[in-house]
Amino acid sequence: MFIKHETIEKNAFLLLVFTLLTIAVGGIVEVIPLFTIETTVEHVKGVRPYSPLESRGRDIYVREGCYVCHSQQVRALRDEVERYGHYSIAAESMFDHPFQWGSKRIGPDLARVGGKYSSDWHYAHLMNAQSVVPESLMPHYAFLAQTPLDTGDLVRRIKAQRMVGVPYTDDQVANAAADLKAQADPAADNAALLRRYPKAVTVPGDGRSVTELDALVAYLQVLGTMVNFADPANEKPRQ
Amino acid sequence: MPTKIEKDSISGQLTTGHEWDGIKELNRPLPKWWVYIFVATVIWSGVYFVLYPSIPGISGYFHGLLGYSTRDTVEADVAAVVKQRSVYMDRIAALPYDAIRRDRQLLAVAETAGRIVFADNCQPCHGAGGGGSPGFPALAAGNWLWGGKLADIETSIVFGIRGGHDNARQSAMPRFGVDAMLKPDEIQAVADHVMVLYGKSTVGSPAGAKIFAENCVACHGDAGQGNREVGGPRLASRTHLNADDRATVVGQIANPRMGVMPHWNTRLDQATIKSLTLYVHALGGGE
Ligand code: HEC
Ligand code: HEC
Ligand code: HEC
Repeated sequence: MFIKHETIEKNAFLLLVFTLLTIAVGGIVEVIPLFTIETTVEHVKGVRPYSPLESRGRDIYVREGCYVCHSQQVRALRDEVERYGHYSIAAESMFDHPFQWGSKRIGPDLARVGGKYSSDWHYAHLMNAQSVVPESLMPHYAFLAQTPLDTGDLVRRIKAQRMVGVPYTDDQVANAAADLKAQADPAADNAALLRRYPKAVTVPGDGRSVTELDALVAYLQVLGTMVNFADPANEKPRQ
Repeated sequence: MPTKIEKDSISGQLTTGHEWDGIKELNRPLPKWWVYIFVATVIWSGVYFVLYPSIPGISGYFHGLLGYSTRDTVEADVAAVVKQRSVYMDRIAALPYDAIRRDRQLLAVAETAGRIVFADNCQPCHGAGGGGSPGFPALAAGNWLWGGKLADIETSIVFGIRGGHDNARQSAMPRFGVDAMLKPDEIQAVADHVMVLYGKSTVGSPAGAKIFAENCVACHGDAGQGNREVGGPRLASRTHLNADDRATVVGQIANPRMGVMPHWNTRLDQATIKSLTLYVHALGGGE
């Protein structure tokens, strides 16, 4: 050995330096792959940041702990692909902070639930699941329909997401409040909304105030619909 | 301070040969079996690292010598089961309904496939066995909105109803109350008439019948028998799309709720949709 163990143990300074070096090796091994993450998370067409209403709906989803019973990850296994559709790919949760993959399935996976049901059904089901699925054990969330959506900090929330890398444009930030309203009102002109957020689903709402339930349904309706897997240009992202 | 390695007089073990302020340490090596397993796992991790995808590189990542990929595996698995089923499913996709129904074995397969897919995709709205619930029509009752022939059912499934697909079935009942097309007392009167058609009341309203004749027959038929061209429900019936209480009827006339059903042509393949159609048709209401 070059340096006797005893020498290191008896010299506080040396001990410090070598401890740091040792830990640094572990750190580098963990960190360096992250620099190449660009090459490992494939990019696919269609994935976009959540619209303001969807994004707030996602907050409700997280707050209510829907992930406790629902996963959002179709695993690459035959049974799952047959039941839920195309397996999930990493890019689909690229703008999720944090992602909602979950690990518990008391209810079905929700990664591809967007478009599977009508918004009407989601309202009925979330307010009283047993009214449409008698054997369901999902709790009732009727109070969400009574709770107006807090939009006071909407822009700050979106800016915060931008800080962690979600590519909201200035245009999207500036129009956040208008987009949120347009998506919750079927009578509104939603051309601008759809230009900024393709495939955003307008929820029926009650037309008076935007409720937390409106936001949650808008979020559920976009899940898994952003990427068009039937498009050959998106074929087989290899990972 | 290093000392001699010596035998400890009390335990009979060797010491490590270190001493700190007069305290010595016994040398208790790890059990051999433990050390061997540890070394084996280290070697195994090396082998695993080389055989399977392990480390990202500058462009892409190291795929491993075996070239293992869960995605290829699942694709192969799905392809295998599709091939296995194709014996029946290809024929279901290719044959017209008549021919499928003549082949009893093929029909049994189609209805079984239909039942399974129905439970997963349709039951949450249409109820077990197509029993329906308020707002989501019963499919087993024979009281069709858009039609109960195989071709009608297939069209409803493929393109959906008011679900946003370009070919979706479309229609909208006018908002008689919200748009002030009828006065509140006229709405009450026509609701009285509807309750008679529903068979829930015997006290009709001549005024209501007149309003009905002027405003509603185009979509609901002169005797309330319905109009499938526009998905106008039969009102002279015991089964209904929505709840059959008077308040719901008034609500429907004042500010109608229009049912939405998603389209399934992007989620389900042709053979599956045909199987579903046969299953729905056989639920009890098929024409
Ligand atoms: C106690 C567990 C539990 C919680 C918490 C829960 N769910 Fe569910 N969920 C279920 C079960 C079980 C089902 C399946 C039966 C049914 O459709 O109601 C289900 C079904 C669903 C479905 C239909 C999925 C499909 O493909 O049929 C949606 C959408 C859904 N839940 C959304 C939510 C949302 C949003 C929340 C949070 C507000 C939530 N769930 C919270 C248990 C739960
Ligand atoms: C989101 C809820 C929902 C789901 C899921 C759903 N449906 Fe429907 N379906 C409806 C509604 C609502 C209507 C009635 C539309 C209307 O008001 O005209 C309907 C109508 C129909 C009709 C036409 C009925 C008639 O009287 O003409 C058929 C057939 C049908 N559905 C079959 C299916 C099948 C098969 C599936 C599964 C693949 C399915 N539906 C899934 C909501 C749903
Ligand atoms: C342009 C066509 C149209 C006209 C006109 C129309 N309706 Fe309707 N009506 C519909 C359709 C379509 C539905 C089914 C709604 C759905 O699919 O959710 C419906 C549903 C109803 C229902 C609920 C039926 C059920 O089974 O639950 C009632 C009641 C009703 N209409 C009454 C009336 C009355 C009364 C008038 C006249 C004042 C009227 N409608 C005029 C198209 C029409």
